[in-house]
Amino acid sequence: MSILVFIEISEGEIKKSSLEAVSYAAGIGGEVTAIAFGEASQEALAAAGKAGANKVLHVADEKYKQGNIQAYASALAAAVDTTGAETIVLAKSSLGDPVSARLAIKIGASLASNVTELPDTSNGFTVKRSIYTGKAFANVDLTEGKRIIGIKKNAAIIKEDGADAAVEAFAVNAEDADFKVKVTSQEKATGEILLPEADLVVSGGRGLKGPENWGMIEDLAKTLGAATGCSKPVSDMDWRPHHEHVGQTGIKVAPSLYIAVGISGAIQHLAGVNSSKYIVVINKDPEAPFFKAADYGIVGDAFEVVPKLTEAIKALNN
Amino acid sequence: MKILVCITHVPDTTSKIAFTEGNTKFDQTGVQYIIGPYDDYALARAVELKEQTGGSITVLNVGEAETEPTLRKALAIGADDAIRINAFPKDSYFVANQIAQAAKEGNYDLILMGRESIDFNSGVVHSMVGELLSMPSLSPVMTLDIEGSTAKMTREIEGGKEYLEADLPLVLGCQEPIAEWKIPNMRGIMTARTKPLNVVEPTDDTAKTQLSTYEMPPAKGAVKMIDADNVSELVDLLKNEAKVL
Repeated sequence: MSILVFIEISEGEIKKSSLEAVSYAAGIGGEVTAIAFGEASQEALAAAGKAGANKVLHVADEKYKQGNIQAYASALAAAVDTTGAETIVLAKSSLGDPVSARLAIKIGASLASNVTELPDTSNGFTVKRSIYTGKAFANVDLTEGKRIIGIKKNAAIIKEDGADAAVEAFAVNAEDADFKVKVTSQEKATGEILLPEADLVVSGGRGLKGPENWGMIEDLAKTLGAATGCSKPVSDMDWRPHHEHVGQTGIKVAPSLYIAVGISGAIQHLAGVNSSKYIVVINKDPEAPFFKAADYGIVGDAFEVVPKLTEAIKALNN
Repeated sequence: MKILVCITHVPDTTSKIAFTEGNTKFDQTGVQYIIGPYDDYALARAVELKEQTGGSITVLNVGEAETEPTLRKALAIGADDAIRINAFPKDSYFVANQIAQAAKEGNYDLILMGRESIDFNSGVVHSMVGELLSMPSLSPVMTLDIEGSTAKMTREIEGGKEYLEADLPLVLGCQEPIAEWKIPNMRGIMTARTKPLNVVEPTDDTAKTQLSTYEMPPAKGAVKMIDADNVSELVDLLKNEAKVL
C-alpha cells in the first residue's frame, strides 16, 4: 500500500503532530512518502525517516511558504497522483482539517478526522474516531478506494527507530485560482511550547483571581516543560490570550498530564480536556465538579499548593 | 449582501451521551437539541453584518423534520428565511454536497457556518463546500470584516493567529470571538413563526463513509485525593504510578 503523509513545518522543523502522523502511517504498513512545504533544511526533512517515512517530497516554491489551504490541497492532489497513494494521513490541525477536506473532494476520497487508533483492515478499512467532543467514539468504514485519515493529537507514538529518508524536490504547477486568499501577516508565540502539541499542560482558572497571578502557573509550566492554558472566563476577561483557552469552544488538548488550577470544571471545559491521559485538579472547593473527572486531586489554596508543587518537581529534576 | 448560514442541530453541550440498539443508534432520551455553538457564532456575525450593510440571511440545515424548532430559533435570532434539506445527515461529504447544491441556487456572497459540529467534530464541511463551489474557504475564522467586496479575517493557528484577505464569495468556518451570541427576543420569536421555512428534498444520496458502531470510553477510576500539605506525594504518584514525569 502506498501512503502519503502531509507534514507541517514550524520554524524549520517538522511539527510533533506531523511526526505522529508519519509514525501512524508506518504503523498501517506500506511505502510511506511524506510531503512538506516551505522553508526547512534537508536534514530537518530527512528526520521524517526516523519516524517511519521512506521518502520525503519537498515543495520549496516560495508561493507555498504560507499556509494557503487551496494551494496545499492542489499540491497534495498532484502528489497523490504521482505516488499512487491510496491512503493519505495528516495531523488534525488548523491547517490539516481544511486541507484534508478540499483534498477529499478533489480526489473523491473517504475522509475521517479525529482518528484515535490504527485502522482495522480485516474487513474493509475501518477507523475509530473521537466524537461528541471526546465523550464517545465511532467506528467508521471508509468505503472509497482512496481514503484520508486525520489523526487526533497524541493518538500515535512517534517512532525513532528508522533511518534518515531521502529528500526529493517536488514541483507543482501553481494555479492562480489557488492563491485568491492573501495571508497578510502572522502572529505566533515564539519560544513557547504550543498548547495543542504539548505533552504536559498547566491551566489556570478564575481561582487565580487575576492575570497578575499567572507567574506561578508559568513557573510550574516551565519547571515541567509544559504549555500553559486557561479556562474560558479567563480568556473572556482578557487575562490570557484566546489561543490558550482550553475547552469545548477553544483548544481541545490530549496531553499525558493536564494540571487544572483554580478551575471548577464546567462541562464545556471538561470537553476540551477529557482526552488527557491523567488529570490533576487543584481547587480550594472540595465540591468542584472537576474532581469527578480527575485522577489526582488536592483540595487547597492554589497560592500555597502551586509554589510547593513547583519546588517538589524542581527537587525531583535535581 | 446575501448570506447563507448553515447550522447544525446538536445535543446540548451538557447532554449525557448514550447509545442504543447494539451501539448503533444515538440515544435521544432526555436530550435537548440546540444550534451548534460554533454555528451560533456564525449566525450572530451574519446578523451584525446585515445590520451594517443590509442584505439578507438564509439559514440552512440538513436534517429531518425534528430539526425545525432549531431552524425557527435561528429565524428568531435574525435570519430572514430558512431551508431544511430533508435528509438524515449521513456524513460530512453528504452534508457538504447538499449545502453546495442549495448554495448554487442562491448565489450567496458569503457562506458561514461553525468551525465544526459538536457531535461529529470533523471540522471539514465548510472546506468541502468551498471546494465543491470552487470558492476559497477558511477556518477557524475568529474575526470577519467586510469592506466593499473584500473580506478581512483572522484565523486561529496553533499558538497564534494569522491575518488574511480575500474577495467574496467565500465559505468560512467560524468560532469565537467573531461575534457576541444573540438570544432571541420576544419580537424575534413572534416574527419567526411567519418567516418562510422551505423544505427541499436532497439532490442525491451519496456518502463516502459508513458509520458501523459507537463506543463509550472506558469508565474513569475514582480520584485519589492528596493532602495539601503533602504535595511530594502527588509528585511521587505522577512519577511512579502515572509515569508522566
